[in-house]
Amino acid sequence: MTAPAPVFDPALPWQKASSVALRPEPFGALVYSFANRKLSFLKSKLLVAVVTSLADHPSAEAALVACGVPEAQHGAYVKALADLARSQMITPRESA
Amino acid sequence: MTAVLPARPQRPEGGRLIDQFEYGLDAPICLTWELTYACNLACVHCLSSSGRRDPRELTTAEAEGVIDELQRMQVFYVNVGGGEPTVRPDFWHLLDYAIGHDVGVKFSTNGIKLDRTRAQQLARTDYVDVQISLDGATAEVNDRVRGTGSFATATRALENLAEAGMEDFKVSVVVTRENVSQLDDFKALTDRYGAQLRITRFRPSGRGADVWDQLHPTQAQQRELYAWLLANGDDVLTGDSFFHLSALGESLPGLNLCGAGRVVCLIDPVGDVYACPFAIHENFLAGNVRDGGGFQRVWQSSELFADLRSPQTGGACTKCAHFDACRGGCMAAKFFTGLPLDGPDPECVQGYGETALAARDLGLGTPKSHVDHSHTGPVRGQPTLLGMPAIPVKACDESPLAGLPLR
Repeated sequence: MTAPAPVFDPALPWQKASSVALRPEPFGALVYSFANRKLSFLKSKLLVAVVTSLADHPSAEAALVACGVPEAQHGAYVKALADLARSQMITPRESA
Repeated sequence: MTAVLPARPQRPEGGRLIDQFEYGLDAPICLTWELTYACNLACVHCLSSSGRRDPRELTTAEAEGVIDELQRMQVFYVNVGGGEPTVRPDFWHLLDYAIGHDVGVKFSTNGIKLDRTRAQQLARTDYVDVQISLDGATAEVNDRVRGTGSFATATRALENLAEAGMEDFKVSVVVTRENVSQLDDFKALTDRYGAQLRITRFRPSGRGADVWDQLHPTQAQQRELYAWLLANGDDVLTGDSFFHLSALGESLPGLNLCGAGRVVCLIDPVGDVYACPFAIHENFLAGNVRDGGGFQRVWQSSELFADLRSPQTGGACTKCAHFDACRGGCMAAKFFTGLPLDGPDPECVQGYGETALAARDLGLGTPKSHVDHSHTGPVRGQPTLLGMPAIPVKACDESPLAGLPLR
């Protein structure tokens, strides 16, 4: 049995899971987890940029700002990241 | 005057995923790869008219080349079928090769080769999924279409997998007029082995065209099936194949869209690439993996796939209130029943399909595939649906002179 997915907190540091591959697509990317064999989609290129740069920032919130996600869309992006955390496509990072 | 080609519609920015999928992807999400046309069975509804091995079948080295390419294109898993894929002597090698190259394998089999040893091997292998085909929850219903003894073969394979501790294996059922009333029984049977039930739509493809009138579910059965899917859908896999039923009301879970050439395709045993596993016909042939540029070039550059990658804008269905729910249904089902591709699905749940079928010019006949590998002689345990004798009388069966013209 795999451990339950952690709750997503945008104030904490996150990263794309090591077992997850991103395949670029015209609309964004296809996400595939070799660990749980789940398939998901990133519906914008900006979201792809956020997910790939999570590891470089002290928090998910900081990654949103650094990638230039408009303030008004932060809520939608946090929700998208929370979905990815639930399916273990992104995982918490130990330290910032 | 120079002719101006109509511009293909441009992909929209953002919006729903389903609308993006209509414009196609850079690589398929999941493709079907039929490794061989050879099969020990002769199911009456075989979608690929399988039976005899094709001498032009891809070699082991060529198949490895295809896997290398799928890895480069990041196709994360393939549905392997046939024919009966496990009768290829290099099947187990290709399975390991694919898994070793990050291409997961989900294969369909009638169970003929899944003895205890193979079941244990599969249970030890990560990243492989097994689907055992069964088209009746009882031997009586199953064997009529798949052949005498095929129920026993399949359930023996299921027992072996369960005993080996294999997880998440599937029982794969094509829903027909004769088994649609057994859905609860299928669920119970599957639960008994700790397996998962997968049910898919019966299409008039391959030999399926010959028995479609006899075997496709009636309108009343389609409504029954829809209700069953709404009640049990979360625990049952469908390959998103019943999206035509979504026009009955609430959308079914999954992708309610024809994915042919957009998100799925078929590589057949000789390397021909078709828009979908149910469309083995020259009209849907996009190229061959042996051509220069390989599979990637076919997927990304074929004219046929480019044509399929745009939303349907014309035809009778676009005027229907339910078009957004069913998107006109299944391309292959329309094609092989002789209906226009921009009109209703033959099983349209609003009844437009029946009207369209009645209006066909039967003199024209329905399109026939140029690919047929059906067994030409008798097969052990031949299906009885068509009322054929299991074994024809041979001239020397009773007396050396029986049946011979002696005058």
